[in-house]
Amino acid sequence: MPALQVSELSKTFDRARPLFGKAPPGVRAVRPMSFVVEEGETLGIVGESGCGKSTLARMLVGLLSPTTGHIEIEGKALDNADPAAFGRLIQYVFQDPISSLNPRRTIRAIMETPLKLLYGMDRKQRETRIAEIFDSVNLREEFLDRYPHEFSGGQAQRIGIARALAAEPRIIVLDEPVSALDVSVQAQVLNLLARLRSEFNLTYLFISHDLAVVEAVSDRVVVLYFGSVVEIGRAERIFNSPKHPYTRLLAESAPVVGRPLTEPEQKGTELPDPLDPPPGCPFAGRCPKATEICREQDPPLERMGEDQFAACHHPLEG
Amino acid sequence: MRQFLKLLFRNRLAGLGAIVLGAIVLLVLVTPLLPLPDPNATATGDRFLRPFSAGHLLGTDHLGRDLLARLLYGTRLSLAVGLAAALIAATIGSAIGILAGYFGGRLDNVVMRGVDMLMAFPYILLALAIVAALGPGLLNALIAVAAVNIPFFARNIRGVTVGLAGREFVDAAKLAGMGSGRIVMVEILPNVLPTIVIAMSTTVGWMILETAGLSFLGLGSQPPQADLGSMLGEARAALISAPHTSVVPGVMIFLIVMSVNLLGDGIRDALDPRLKSGALSRPRATTAVDRKGPVPETPQQGLLDLQELQTQFHVGERIYRAVGGVSLHVKPGECLGIIGESGSGKSVTALSVMGLVASPPGVVTGGAVKYDGEDLLSADYKSLRRKRGENVAYIFQDPLATLHPLYRVGDQLAEAIRVHHRVSDAEAKRRGLELLRSVRIPNPESRMRNYPHEMSGGMRQRVGIAMALANDPDVIIADEPTTALDVTVQAQILSMLDDLRRERGLAIVFITHDFGVVAQLCDRVAVMYAGRIVEEGMTREVLEHPLHPYTSRLIACVPELGGGRRKLEAIPGLPPPVDKLPPGCAFAPRCPKAQPECQKGEIALFTKEERAVRCLYPEETFLEEEMADARLAGE
Repeated sequence: MPALQVSELSKTFDRARPLFGKAPPGVRAVRPMSFVVEEGETLGIVGESGCGKSTLARMLVGLLSPTTGHIEIEGKALDNADPAAFGRLIQYVFQDPISSLNPRRTIRAIMETPLKLLYGMDRKQRETRIAEIFDSVNLREEFLDRYPHEFSGGQAQRIGIARALAAEPRIIVLDEPVSALDVSVQAQVLNLLARLRSEFNLTYLFISHDLAVVEAVSDRVVVLYFGSVVEIGRAERIFNSPKHPYTRLLAESAPVVGRPLTEPEQKGTELPDPLDPPPGCPFAGRCPKATEICREQDPPLERMGEDQFAACHHPLEG
Repeated sequence: MRQFLKLLFRNRLAGLGAIVLGAIVLLVLVTPLLPLPDPNATATGDRFLRPFSAGHLLGTDHLGRDLLARLLYGTRLSLAVGLAAALIAATIGSAIGILAGYFGGRLDNVVMRGVDMLMAFPYILLALAIVAALGPGLLNALIAVAAVNIPFFARNIRGVTVGLAGREFVDAAKLAGMGSGRIVMVEILPNVLPTIVIAMSTTVGWMILETAGLSFLGLGSQPPQADLGSMLGEARAALISAPHTSVVPGVMIFLIVMSVNLLGDGIRDALDPRLKSGALSRPRATTAVDRKGPVPETPQQGLLDLQELQTQFHVGERIYRAVGGVSLHVKPGECLGIIGESGSGKSVTALSVMGLVASPPGVVTGGAVKYDGEDLLSADYKSLRRKRGENVAYIFQDPLATLHPLYRVGDQLAEAIRVHHRVSDAEAKRRGLELLRSVRIPNPESRMRNYPHEMSGGMRQRVGIAMALANDPDVIIADEPTTALDVTVQAQILSMLDDLRRERGLAIVFITHDFGVVAQLCDRVAVMYAGRIVEEGMTREVLEHPLHPYTSRLIACVPELGGGRRKLEAIPGLPPPVDKLPPGCAFAPRCPKAQPECQKGEIALFTKEERAVRCLYPEETFLEEEMADARLAGE
């Protein structure tokens, strides 16, 4: 049984109705998408700003109700957006570690909340449980009586991870968990996450804009563009032999030591306007291989190679 | 709390208000214990006695009642009613505001429109209407005053709550199983409480005044009960013949409202988080310079030359050595990279060049910044201002924060040009258009009329670069200009900067934390750690053969695309805080190769031609003899 199964999940944000006339069509932040995450797997999700990755993440943890589609966690359907019901199965680690902790509560109060509310533990049980969790994320227990502003980014992110673990979830959504941290500290957190995953048999969804980090921690990677999945594949193959031109563009744009500076795109191109989406493939306007069919028909996600899928009319060879 | 009181009493007027109010409150609290005559006992024979008469310190009123007793009991009542009205208004108003702000949607709409309607009535008319409906009486006056002030609290608190409800810690609380009620009580309320206190402290004086107003009109306290308003109302008839009967309550009202307002303003300032961070003390136009040593006499290298620059932040007792003696230079057409983690002092180094570090708390305490043979640190404000933008320009990380949100980008560009050149509007516009074209913005004509928020991050940063280029500077200092951008946009911006420096012979100082960016763009690179340069050299050399253990560990931390799934390298520990730097090498506590002599005294920057390293045990042999000497000296 897969840890997470998402089918035809989508989100459309309504726009305000003008004083006269009909409401304009909503903004389609996430177009219907389906994917499966196996137990113990890390699924990387990459894409640029505005591609819908945060909207997707918020739907997966029940903070936002989907417009269409279903979410199944370990065979249990979770259709109504109720964070408390989701909380025991799936948890969230936020991008900004400091602002995800209430400045006016102690770390102990923050840690106790899920234990008390999700599991109804008494004082004694909570204390032992917090000690266990803090031990496994390498935090000292003396931190418990301090306030969030007293911690560095790396420590605060470990507290955020500890809070997520306290709910004993099966899945953790990591939303850019290291992008606010320095490189030397980044690896401390990533290695901790890797150890916790095997220790507690967790499943991760790892969202990031940093391709190298995603590749280093993920088993499979999903590439999002303009609210849709454009490619899914094994982490070690997807950036080395991309099938979708957008994946290749991403891989070539990442600055790499030892590669000369070339502009991968000649035109000053941007994402298409979400208020006025173009027909056909949303990448067609930036794609060097685009032809007539690309501007008319949105390509479906198709199997290309053993376990790689891409949504493209003219996939890349190799 | 102690810090709060300290901030409060630093404001002298607030201190005065606190003392006066404290005295009044103390006096009315002990009133029942004082040997005073009954405030309501009439003695028509003794009417209108002047102050200082025997037995009546402040005289008597038209019914011969003791004014002092009536004043103290009246003040007691007025204060109590004012405070009660403020508490009621704050409680109900804040509850409305929090609920509307947290739940939003239709509830918010209905409630806030109702509040708007309430606010549309003149307040005194509304209060009169409420009293008229309920009938006169002190309790009804209290209800009226509270009701009139509810909208003020509701609007204020709603605004704060809307901001808090979208914060990540509220989402986290939902996932921890908290229901809406609990979130409001535990997560939201403690964070809006300071705002409620501020709003209350600034309105309670006003409410005392309003209650007195209703009593004055005879709608509040009913005879014979005294409050300050009714005392004034009763004395009105004898205003000319016995002025003391009106002056006594009048002075008391004045004292109370004045002291409450002074104290309230003080509390507001002391609780305002912006004040704590020093935002209200406006920074000076340039960074303060207070050099402890002599100005270095070394002749200038390159176009811009920083020599042993030291910048510190003095906050209270603490001294943060953000930049601890940095020497750097850049030649025309060259790109120098400064790489370091947050807190390494790279941005402060860059801002010190043109005196842009906020002062207070920043102070340049040593060294020199030489441009064209002149030391910029000794330059006066006028000549420094002429050089800003004209000779040395900056590009910052977040173009949304550096562009003014209320002006069109074309006007902002034109302004940047006209600060330095006397040209006509049309000419400035023409040059602005040219600049937008040179940073490859499509449709520059229509883009000139855009506001910053109408552009994407990449387009805004292009405008930021165009602005830096506006006056044809020789040096551009770019502080993490692509960190906030997507990778595909970053690649476009980097290649554009590269072309610009080749075409125009610009010298670029590029600050970043990304080795990939440095490798692609910079000729030379300097690595900073805890406010000092630990390694410098040609980019290729440094990346392929790092000498300092910090550089090599940091390079190892950066995951490279194409490596597949793997364990990443980390550096244990954290950089030292720059107000508590250890002696010797700042990296020694995290360094696996550290020896006892690394933590004893200053470690020199060993320099050979382009290459330099501040380490006694470098990763590869470098200046073997000098290092051996230095190691011996340390032992």
